[in-house]
Amino acid sequence: MKDSIGIVSPESAEFRQPLKLRSGDTLNSYKLVYETYGTLNQDASNAILICHALSGNHHAAGYHLDKNGDPERKPGWWETAIGPGKPIDSDRFFIVSPNNLGGCDGSTGPATINPASGIPYGPDFPFVTVEDWVESQALLADRLGIDKWAAVVGGSLGGMQVLQWSISYPKRIQHAVIIAAAPKLTAQNIAFNEVARQAIRTDPDFHEGRYLEHTDTIPERGLRLARMLGHITYLSDEAMGAKFGRELRDGQINYGYGVEFQVESYLRYQADSFIGRFDANTYLLMTKALDYFDPALNHADNLSVALKDVKSKFCVISFTSDWRFPPQRSQEIVRSLIDCGLDVSYAEIEANHGHDAFLMPIPQYLNILQAYMDKVIDRDDFGDSNSE
Amino acid sequence: MSDMRPDQELICNWIEDDSRILDLGCGDGTLLNSLIERRNVKGYGLELNDKKVLGCFTKGVNVIQSDLDHGLSDYFDNNSFDYVIMSLTLQAMNFPDRLLDEMLRVGQEGIITFPNFGYWKNRIQLLLKGKMPVTKSLPNFWYNTPNIHLCTMKDFELLCREKKIHIIQRTVIGSRHKIAPNLLGETAIYRFKRE
Repeated sequence: MKDSIGIVSPESAEFRQPLKLRSGDTLNSYKLVYETYGTLNQDASNAILICHALSGNHHAAGYHLDKNGDPERKPGWWETAIGPGKPIDSDRFFIVSPNNLGGCDGSTGPATINPASGIPYGPDFPFVTVEDWVESQALLADRLGIDKWAAVVGGSLGGMQVLQWSISYPKRIQHAVIIAAAPKLTAQNIAFNEVARQAIRTDPDFHEGRYLEHTDTIPERGLRLARMLGHITYLSDEAMGAKFGRELRDGQINYGYGVEFQVESYLRYQADSFIGRFDANTYLLMTKALDYFDPALNHADNLSVALKDVKSKFCVISFTSDWRFPPQRSQEIVRSLIDCGLDVSYAEIEANHGHDAFLMPIPQYLNILQAYMDKVIDRDDFGDSNSE
Repeated sequence: MSDMRPDQELICNWIEDDSRILDLGCGDGTLLNSLIERRNVKGYGLELNDKKVLGCFTKGVNVIQSDLDHGLSDYFDNNSFDYVIMSLTLQAMNFPDRLLDEMLRVGQEGIITFPNFGYWKNRIQLLLKGKMPVTKSLPNFWYNTPNIHLCTMKDFELLCREKKIHIIQRTVIGSRHKIAPNLLGETAIYRFKRE
């Protein structure tokens, strides 16, 4: 656990004020689960918000304790970047990492009991959008006494939340760090999401989303397929080739439908570990939030117009082999930021990992992130007391 | 600013306060950083090299990691900048002529510095040794140099005339005298705009 924040445990905040959602629905009350690392300084000027991606959650760094009171084997999902002395330095920043609404790790979501009916929300849980998440995160910031984030940071779908933050609350975000993201999905991105949703929704165990009411059965097959498909899009052809090639598990072809190639074994393993921890209805909601995200939609499809009131400074990072959100998609964001005369730095990281690169310990990537985050405090123009 | 090259010092003196700057091939952001501090400019640098991009991040200078040979149309509208600067980069481009056009598309004025191939030391090496020159300003051998499009000041000025580019200001480094700059100047510096 060297270089780690160490043992962490989640906190939660209950909200009784109804939250009006973009879909027109309202969540009357809800809970947000979150973790924090580091200490908030006196003038609350060192707060960083971490936004998670599709299958992420609030556990971004450090280790949870298991049932026996021992540290779990695996740390949080962004242990490479968050911790003492790391790019997002818990010695200098107060880092807040919430689980998004509609999630399945503690924050109110489809698997939560609906207080109105006494049974899990299931398919009755309202659609949540990136804008809704930002609203709920802003309310959490209020609760924590954070008026303005020194930076909001996220990768992939998390990066979309960062972009939305800069639009929704221009005065509450000083730096926006957008990693491996896109200003909206392409038709191909949506198509992959739709296949994943169809896999889940056509599973006979899906029961129109009310599977939790059916003696705890879950649409395991559909969720497995969705995850396998997702993983194919997270890795590059090159990375898969390097990792598995055409390697055979038994060293020979067996002419059967069991696991023969190592890549099949990998996908099945990823699927197995996913079904135990992720809710199918949440997966549906998250992919829909991705599909719907399009800040330029109400601005004649012009992202620069959507960004016209934005004030924050930007760091945009992409990865060469990411074919889910390739560098061109980040460049679209950069171009619009330049159009608006905003401060932006953009780094295109040479990496063969595909979309997953944003979670990997790639030296140039972490150095860039570190250098930028160092300036988040240097350039700080709303209080000096954090320079202790 | 002791870490600025002499050509960068000169450029700094040419730039008006509060202008909008684009620095093509901005390296580790040294020039842009000085211009921000001394001239209160706003702007961006473009750089391809990983280490240099990291240098810009470290300085907190806006940098866009990109390949200049792909042009500037991905990012910049017409007339977005007061000055577009390219110091010691032109000669390493695949299409220097096209980039000149691009500079004057996105900016009001262009500022360029390049190693003058007409410098007498270069001429002597070629003339007497019969070998491609290797000097302080051209330190590489012909096979490992990034400088694939070297030119003399005369060459550059001919291209400008052809492209109807008006040279506003011209100076050299390596000679205190204004005479025979194409012979005595080691590094050429030009400020120019559309005619």
